[in-house]
Amino acid sequence: MTRRELTNFALAVIAFAILACLPFLQDGYVLSLAVGVAMYTVLATSWALFSGPTHYISLATAAFYGLGAYVVSAGIDVIPYVVLLGLAGIAGGVVAALVGVATLRLSGVYFVIFTLGLAELIRQIVTWVQNNLTGSRGMYVLTEITERIIYWELLALAAAVYLIGWLVARSRLGFALRIIGNDEVVAAHVGINSAAAKLALFVISGIFAGMVGAIMAPRFTYIEPSIVFTPELSFQVVIMALLGGVHRLWGPLVGVIPFTILWELIAARFPNQTVLLLGIAFLLIVYLIPNGVVGRIEAAFKLAGRRIKHG
Amino acid sequence: MAERTVLEVQGVSKRFGGLLAVDNLSFAVRENEVVGVIGPNGSGKTTVMNLISGLLKPTDGDIFLGDRVISDRPARFIARAGVARTFQLVRTLPSLTVVENVMAGAVFGHKRLWGRAVRKFALRQLERVGMGQAINAPTASLTYIDEKRVELARALASDPRILLLDEWLAGLNPTELTIGIDLIRSLREEGRTIVLVEHVMDAIRSLCDRCVVMNSGAKIAEGTPDATLADKEVIRAYLGDEHA
Repeated sequence: MTRRELTNFALAVIAFAILACLPFLQDGYVLSLAVGVAMYTVLATSWALFSGPTHYISLATAAFYGLGAYVVSAGIDVIPYVVLLGLAGIAGGVVAALVGVATLRLSGVYFVIFTLGLAELIRQIVTWVQNNLTGSRGMYVLTEITERIIYWELLALAAAVYLIGWLVARSRLGFALRIIGNDEVVAAHVGINSAAAKLALFVISGIFAGMVGAIMAPRFTYIEPSIVFTPELSFQVVIMALLGGVHRLWGPLVGVIPFTILWELIAARFPNQTVLLLGIAFLLIVYLIPNGVVGRIEAAFKLAGRRIKHG
Repeated sequence: MAERTVLEVQGVSKRFGGLLAVDNLSFAVRENEVVGVIGPNGSGKTTVMNLISGLLKPTDGDIFLGDRVISDRPARFIARAGVARTFQLVRTLPSLTVVENVMAGAVFGHKRLWGRAVRKFALRQLERVGMGQAINAPTASLTYIDEKRVELARALASDPRILLLDEWLAGLNPTELTIGIDLIRSLREEGRTIVLVEHVMDAIRSLCDRCVVMNSGAKIAEGTPDATLADKEVIRAYLGDEHA
């Protein structure tokens, strides 16, 4: 590790330690807001690990998330919660692998539609199974797990996302993805297995989304397909990641914090217009700041640097 | 003594719908040899390069690298087996720096370096093509010939058994052309095995050991540059009947 990397690493550890103290100072509303921020940080950052370099827009987040929540609700009475967390991650990863093998050879547009349909497909299957086999649509998840614990779990998962993202960026896999993002023909001609590289990252994002769903399940208490497989979740993750910027590991965080707070306000004031506003936000971000806030800031710095040099 | 055959194209055809772009083409390339694939526009030269590198699959026939059939394998496999190329329309990786562009060639393919070794190795390739400076510059800021140099350095970075140059000299101005020809000649002198598609006749005469001349997808002549360029059939293909 270089000196700069060591400094960054130390700063990250300190930041996480400070954030971990939050539940001792604040409870109630602030903590619930922090849970939202932590949850979307994990989802948007792991989403960007895959979508940033490959430019594939995945709308499958809700599929993995819902699957994770359902793993917990199905097994909570018989299997220890910690094991369920692991199983939820595996479920997310396996489904991501299956979907990836089938669709990552397709071009971008088909992939977007397929992933959007996937969440709906799984939701319909779960609904059908529950209606026909178990008799009731919803399921209860009754545990002793408090909001504080959920927050700490998410914080730990966020740390894991950043660690994995950092390791991937330093690896051959990370380098391969940057080349793929530039030119897939060149990637193939220097010996890169593009499909395998993309699949690896898609599986990573599936594992994290599955685990987030499992962590959030006790918070819902009552779980229903329409709650955990909601397409709104997938869209919010995409919007937040794009708002922040996907070409830096910490980029999505810059989008997650303001958007989660803003959304909290909007959902309280205009509960019936959220989908419309989500669509407008999506258009504004894609047209006005395609590289995200971080991209804008970096471009401004670069311009300023050039001005100083020539000025 | 004749050198070993590195690449053999055996009865290869490629059909795009109703168009027969390559028609039952056969030729072989021996070690340390520079072979030119020439012919009028639209005669199928670039398609041949794409078939060898695996960008396209032949409709018929086989391509061998050494004794292995490569024509039924994906491009990444062919690259790992030791085939490197440049593209007719230069393909650099714009969001990567110059040295990273070259490193790309040495990490996943025929050569599999990583860490400090790959950077040092890439720097040597850049010096090799005359681009020792500006290694950390963004690729987007390069001039045309420098982009071509970077692409060539990337191909060399895999230490290929065979190097495919698809009109590497096209689009260069007269001064750059002299530099370019000298550069390819120096590769030839260090014993690289090269297949090149080229329109620049001076380059073909001074660089190639042998030429394969194509017209409408088929081979119409093969031999030394002087002999093939004097061939009646070849002149007719390039210039029409009245000059033959």
